[in-house]
Amino acid sequence: MLEFKDVQTFYGSIQALKGISLTVEKGEIVTLIGANGAGKTTLLMTMSGITPASIGTITYKGEDITKMRTDMIVRKGIAHSPEGRRIFSKMTVFENLQMGAMTNDPARFDENLDYVFELFPRLKEREWQLGGTLSGGEQQMLAMGRSLMSNPEFLLLDEPSLGLAPLVIRDIFRAIKQINEEHGVTVLLVEQNANHALKLAHRGYVLVTGNIVLSGTGQELLTNPEVQAAYLEGGH
Amino acid sequence: MSDTITNLPPKPEFNLQAIAKEMAITFVVGLGLMIPMVLLRANDVNGKLVIERHWQELFFALVLLVVGRLGLILLDKHKALPALIIGVVMAIAGYSIHFPTELLEVFTLAAGVILIIRAVLFLWREYKGITANDRENAKKRREKLLENSTGYISAIVIIIAGLLPFLSDILQLLLPDFLGGDSSFIANMSGRYVVDTAILILTYVLLAWGLNIVVGYAGLLDLGFVAFYAVGSYSFAILARDFNLGFWTALPLAGAFSMLSGLVLGFPVLKLRGDYFAIVTLGFGEIVRLLLLNLYELTGGPDGINGIPRPGIGNIVFSKRAKEEGTQTFTEFFSTNFWEITYSSNHRVIFLYYIVFILCMLVAIFTIRIRQQPLGRAWEALRENEVAAASLGINRTNIKLAAFAISATWGGFAGAFFASRQGFISPESYTFIESAIILAIVVMGGMGNLMGIALAAAILIGLPELFRDLEEYRMATFGFGLVLIMIWRPTGLISFRDPTVLLFGKKKKKADEEKLAEGAGS
Repeated sequence: MLEFKDVQTFYGSIQALKGISLTVEKGEIVTLIGANGAGKTTLLMTMSGITPASIGTITYKGEDITKMRTDMIVRKGIAHSPEGRRIFSKMTVFENLQMGAMTNDPARFDENLDYVFELFPRLKEREWQLGGTLSGGEQQMLAMGRSLMSNPEFLLLDEPSLGLAPLVIRDIFRAIKQINEEHGVTVLLVEQNANHALKLAHRGYVLVTGNIVLSGTGQELLTNPEVQAAYLEGGH
Repeated sequence: MSDTITNLPPKPEFNLQAIAKEMAITFVVGLGLMIPMVLLRANDVNGKLVIERHWQELFFALVLLVVGRLGLILLDKHKALPALIIGVVMAIAGYSIHFPTELLEVFTLAAGVILIIRAVLFLWREYKGITANDRENAKKRREKLLENSTGYISAIVIIIAGLLPFLSDILQLLLPDFLGGDSSFIANMSGRYVVDTAILILTYVLLAWGLNIVVGYAGLLDLGFVAFYAVGSYSFAILARDFNLGFWTALPLAGAFSMLSGLVLGFPVLKLRGDYFAIVTLGFGEIVRLLLLNLYELTGGPDGINGIPRPGIGNIVFSKRAKEEGTQTFTEFFSTNFWEITYSSNHRVIFLYYIVFILCMLVAIFTIRIRQQPLGRAWEALRENEVAAASLGINRTNIKLAAFAISATWGGFAGAFFASRQGFISPESYTFIESAIILAIVVMGGMGNLMGIALAAAILIGLPELFRDLEEYRMATFGFGLVLIMIWRPTGLISFRDPTVLLFGKKKKKADEEKLAEGAGS
């Protein structure tokens, strides 16, 4: 469904991605793990066209989307829930969700809204509250719900567990599983919380300073001694 | 308000030594500041510059400062009664004793009155047992009330503004004996001076509402807004001069030229953010002003453009005599069709007032509508978080360009109106200070809130007019107003954001109900 071929991205003269090749098949949850600054977030931003790649190609459903504008990529059915939640804090929860539906057919709005509220009942309770007054976990739910409002087939999630309490993390991961299994959404998940992410994911890639150094199924990576030493020690 | 007053229990310690120390500091700092400001003053005596020493003034000013400070310290320490006495003594002294300068008398009186008010408020709160918490809650209730009643307030303000030129006639008709027959106040209410000032205020309201789209909604700090104002004025004037276009043809064209200039500026700055963006717009404003100064053939350079036609309706002109064939004066037109009136130059002023009033209403309706559309919401999303907005598929380029174009168009309308009203324009009217004033109005008003911005325009443009008697201190009142508003309401006069739920889905009504319930609950 998605293929990266030797993708390189630069911030000015600094190279953040040094030739990434990976694939994601339909219906999979694929996770990217790696330390801070490994290029995980850049990879997602490159894919959604916010920081386009300089070299290499990204193909989605057989179509080259490397140089495509973000809004066109979103219209292709790829939704990106960016790092640090980035909700619109002065807008209500409802308005935030509306923003996610900007590229979508308004006729599907109510249906999608019900879907998001079913996934995150907490958001329904907070529907008319300002985004900025939500708790961290609720903000994460809102960020995910907002990207789901565009009815995506492919969801990019950037560190959904960042700074959240263990109980809330469990809820978020349960929701990711539900999105994938019940609604058939393919997920590319970036995580620092490698333990949780690898248990959930079908496959995973390990990113070190802009390169992919390891790949395999979630279970393989979980038991890989190198991965255990670098990302799982004390990561429970 | 100092923090210590708001927390009644626990009482702060009363420590004489600390007070003495603080007063000593006040004395030293005050002395340091006053030596150059009060004591030593250069004066021109027979063509020679002499330094005069005002020992007496220094002494009085220092006493005033230290005693006033003592009063404030006592208030902070919850000794309201002695503070009250100090306040009364200062007020009486300022009122009755002859000080070396009048300014000192005014200062002493004002300081005394402020101390009295604060002390009395403190004593009253203590007597009623009002705690900081109560005050906080009361404040929240007031905010909520304001939030829920802006609709009504706006309606009242619009009605009054719409009737302003005839307000005194209406009031005199309704209440003939108001103010015991002495109705000079009412008679002046719709006087030429008031209507002229109102026209000026509304011009700034128009400008500020235009800038608000870029600054308040899209969150881009534009320091060169005056450029669009200038483009509007000059394209209006040039179209009228060289192509003989009338007001109603040239006005939309001037708006279109401004829109074009907005797009021209928009393209190169799209990638820039924050401070860098502000600097480039600042540069753009200066470029336009310098072009106006130097394109002598087109703009007349520093001489400006003269004889810009006044607006009329069809073949009706607002002057004493119809100069051109086929036109008639408003007086003739009105007298033949309605009832007999005599010529008055006020008719033209009132006509101008209604033009700018209607322009304002159009802009307001457009702005309120567009906030509920995807475009308006996309601006706000961009302001709140650019990356998130982009990741949701909002086309940043188009959205920013649209903000620029629309904002520039409103600026252009204001510019065209200004040119037509003045009849003369020159680059001097389009300096950076204008951009700064318009920006100040937007920020003071509470970015994004039309009502707040209109209020800020009325205060910031109207107050200096009101204090015209103060002459050189006039601009000081402007500055003083800015500082006071920023202390009193740091996020602007009216700064809450009304949720706009209309984008799609029929949830507006529900949102309103929730809001009402919330308002009643608190």
